[in-house]
Amino acid sequence: MTLLLIVLLPLVGSLVPIASARSGRTTCAWLTAILPAIALGIAAWYTPAVFGGQLPQVSLDWVPALGLDIAFRLDGLSLLFVYLVLGIGLLIILYARYYLSEKDSMSRFYAYLMLFMTAMLGIVTADNLLLMWFFWELTSLSSFLLIGYWSHLSEARKGARMALTVTGAGGLCLLAGILLMGHVVGSYSLTTVLEHRELIQQSSLYQPILLLFLLGAFTKSAQFPFQFWLPHAMAAPTPVSAYLHSATMVKAGVFLLARMYPVLSGTDEWFYIVTLTGLATLLYGAFFALIKQDLKGVLAFSTISHLGLITLLFGFNSKLAAVAGVFHIINHATFKASLFMAAGIVDHECGTRDIRKLNGLWRYMPYTTVLAAVASASMAGVPLLNGFLSKEMFLAQSLEAQMLGGLSWMIPALATLGSVLSVAYSLRFIHDVFFNGEPRDLPKTPHEPPRYMRLPIEILILLCIMVGILPGIMVEPILRAATAAVVPGQAPEIHLALWHGFNLPLMMSAIALSAGVLVYLLRNHIYRFHRQFRAVNARQSFEFSVQRVVRSAQWGLDRFENGSLQRYMFLLLLSAVIVAAFGLMDVPSMAGLKSLQPLDPVVVTGAGILCLAGLGTVMLHRRRLLSLLFLSVVGMFVSLTFARFSAPDLALTQLAVEVVTIILLMLALFFLPQKTPKESSGRRVSRDILLSMIFGGVIASLNYAVLTRPLQSISTYFIENSVPGGGGHNIVNVILVDFRGFDTLGEITVLGIAGIAIYKLLNRLRLFMPSSDMEGRPWSPDRYPVILSSVSQTLLPLALLVSVFIFLRGHNLPGGGFIAGLVAAVVIILVYMSRGVEWTQRRMSFNYQPIAVTGVAIAALTGLGSWVFNKPFLTSSFGHFDIPLIGDIELATAMMFDLGVYLTVVGSTLMILANLGKVTTPHRPSKEKQ
Amino acid sequence: MLTNAIAISALLFMLAIALNFYRLIIGPSIPDRLAALDTMYVNAIGAIILFGMWLNTTLYFEAALLIAMLGFISTVAVCKYLLRGDIIE
Repeated sequence: MTLLLIVLLPLVGSLVPIASARSGRTTCAWLTAILPAIALGIAAWYTPAVFGGQLPQVSLDWVPALGLDIAFRLDGLSLLFVYLVLGIGLLIILYARYYLSEKDSMSRFYAYLMLFMTAMLGIVTADNLLLMWFFWELTSLSSFLLIGYWSHLSEARKGARMALTVTGAGGLCLLAGILLMGHVVGSYSLTTVLEHRELIQQSSLYQPILLLFLLGAFTKSAQFPFQFWLPHAMAAPTPVSAYLHSATMVKAGVFLLARMYPVLSGTDEWFYIVTLTGLATLLYGAFFALIKQDLKGVLAFSTISHLGLITLLFGFNSKLAAVAGVFHIINHATFKASLFMAAGIVDHECGTRDIRKLNGLWRYMPYTTVLAAVASASMAGVPLLNGFLSKEMFLAQSLEAQMLGGLSWMIPALATLGSVLSVAYSLRFIHDVFFNGEPRDLPKTPHEPPRYMRLPIEILILLCIMVGILPGIMVEPILRAATAAVVPGQAPEIHLALWHGFNLPLMMSAIALSAGVLVYLLRNHIYRFHRQFRAVNARQSFEFSVQRVVRSAQWGLDRFENGSLQRYMFLLLLSAVIVAAFGLMDVPSMAGLKSLQPLDPVVVTGAGILCLAGLGTVMLHRRRLLSLLFLSVVGMFVSLTFARFSAPDLALTQLAVEVVTIILLMLALFFLPQKTPKESSGRRVSRDILLSMIFGGVIASLNYAVLTRPLQSISTYFIENSVPGGGGHNIVNVILVDFRGFDTLGEITVLGIAGIAIYKLLNRLRLFMPSSDMEGRPWSPDRYPVILSSVSQTLLPLALLVSVFIFLRGHNLPGGGFIAGLVAAVVIILVYMSRGVEWTQRRMSFNYQPIAVTGVAIAALTGLGSWVFNKPFLTSSFGHFDIPLIGDIELATAMMFDLGVYLTVVGSTLMILANLGKVTTPHRPSKEKQ
Repeated sequence: MLTNAIAISALLFMLAIALNFYRLIIGPSIPDRLAALDTMYVNAIGAIILFGMWLNTTLYFEAALLIAMLGFISTVAVCKYLLRGDIIE
């Protein structure tokens, strides 16, 4: 369980800077550093065990049904990355304390940084692929926040968006790959997946899986052709660049390569894709690093180049190459993070990052010059520094790669070319910035940075030198442990040493160093060569393509969604007809085996009136009031039909809904024109009539076909389980509040939201009010007719009683919260109608929003209550109680839930109707009869 | 005996409803149609109660009660609309 703390502590730590924001900048930085330091201590505590070959693991269920567990492991590779993430993270916290200015919010920066740290630690220690992906996306999101930290700068925002788009898209590919892999292996557990190399490689899905995983890794690690986001991410504050874009996040991609190396590598596909991509990235990055005039731009492209190198190493299907790849991850992180920090110091003290202006800084900051020079030398691969060792291994491995056949010599040649360029840009970084004449019009006079701002660089440089001189003591144990996790089977013999004798790789190194100096001296020719190409700004083309995608999506959307409801209806019905018609054609005969019921004159009359009323509604739809009266007839006959065919619950509901609908429409009708203008052309009307006739015919045949067949439905289950499982005899109500309680909870939530939305929309709305009816008659002066007022006041208590009665017995007999709520709402609306808003509100001075919200809350809390008893959400229980005077009564938790439904319905309905009524006031200007 | 009586009454109620519907269609004025609709509600109450008697159950009594109690509210709303335009003021 201690293992969990490595990830949990930084997560908790992301709250620390927010909590300590007011306690001063230095205190804030120290407090923030405490938790990751403890996590680092825990990692150190595990180290002997991991070196001894143990594999600490921890696993908790999260969503076991999906194969998603909170599972972590700490193998050698994880341990190495944990050290990198936490170690460099702590140095960055110290560095950022001095880098950020007074104006920047330090707590926000640290909070994002800790969130990112958590995500990164999660990726490297996750023992479940889905969990790893979760953290993978979290790094994309938190890096978005960090890159866009200076959100007032347009380029920061755009850079952040670009990084998020590219890495996010890669993340989706990775998810697809993980799902496919889980499908093949049958588990998402990393431990299980790593054991099934044969199964995965022989599966027909191997190629898609490989491609998707590589897309994820290449986008994250800025491999060609996805490298373009990284230079633009340099708009981030420099500590972020040092941390994310050199040491950690971009390493997540190569980490994925290393992690999946045991199962995915070793095939031709792996070799060609990974090697060629790595090689292209190596050269592309190196070339542009030589050309860029922006200090951080140089470092960004050199990072791309080195990531290409690491990718290339993983691409060689050789165990030693993978070891070299892991080794270079360590070395690159140390020297590149220190270079970024040095660049940050230069930027901070000089106010510019333009190499053309920065010259001869060694006079002003000699100490920083030395540090940067050592780091650059390591990047160039100068002996006695760590960069030399891994570069040497890289060159040796490039000689071993034989898979390009007769062209295999090209790999070492191009690798040497990459090293030449690497030497040239490293030299340029030092010579152009710190030497080479005097600085030109700098915004500030440079001087050495504060003591503690240099400390992180000093520590990293010390590591560079110690690893370079004493590799056997410094890195061999952890490299051996990490390799054991990467390379399947027997680990190769690692022998790190400075001196391997005079051999070909040493020759290549020597060539690289001398040719690199030469290239640097001839750099003006390269610039001239480069200048003849038109500059392509990746950000502009990215924005351009984003906008083009948005435009074409909008265009496509407009074709479908032009705002015409008739058109949507037409398309909807048309597709329904097509689907249903094809289904019906497959059925051999329309009539099934069941015989027809005898015709009953009452039913026939009712059906006839229902049809005619429906027709009337449609035909008179332009005379709105009349059409509404016909609609009432339809509603009434629908509820009579429910009653006739043994669905009293539905009949009651339909009746109540009918009344509410009429009131709602009458309220709206007042503000609408009395007659709808003729809008559709004759051709369109005939088209619609034709479609509706076909639709009616298809639906009628469908019904006929279903009803004449013996039906095996799921209702038997509900009938059998309603009393033993839900404790109620009214199956409809038990379904609503128990079997499908979660559905109901969702529905009442929607109802509540709709009510609140309507309330907000109507707020302060004032509409035109006609002063006479459609025939020009003035309104009647009798605002509140006496008979109506007295009847409604008498009815109110009775109807509320009925409402309570229907609610209480709803679990066993027709009724329930929904109907009862509607009855209560309707009768209160009647009071509003007969007495007006002012009179009613004086007597019922409460708001309806809290009622609706309370209803939803009661229903949700009832559901949550079952967690207290360790049961799934919304489990209901019931029992019989003997209460004095009343006798035996059954109480069910479902009744609490139903109470929530009741309150929501009352609150929302009144919120809608009463507020719609309040749009007008009685004090209106009107031509009333005196 | 009772069965026959119920059958005949049901037919008569349906006839009444059909006649209401006829009045609703021909009008001529809105109050005519509204009165027809309201009468139709009343006849529906009768039809439902008859149905309950035929099935020998009290379950349908509530439906009739609800129509009696709520059915007139729609009529009130339409009347208020005709008189004042604005039904809640």
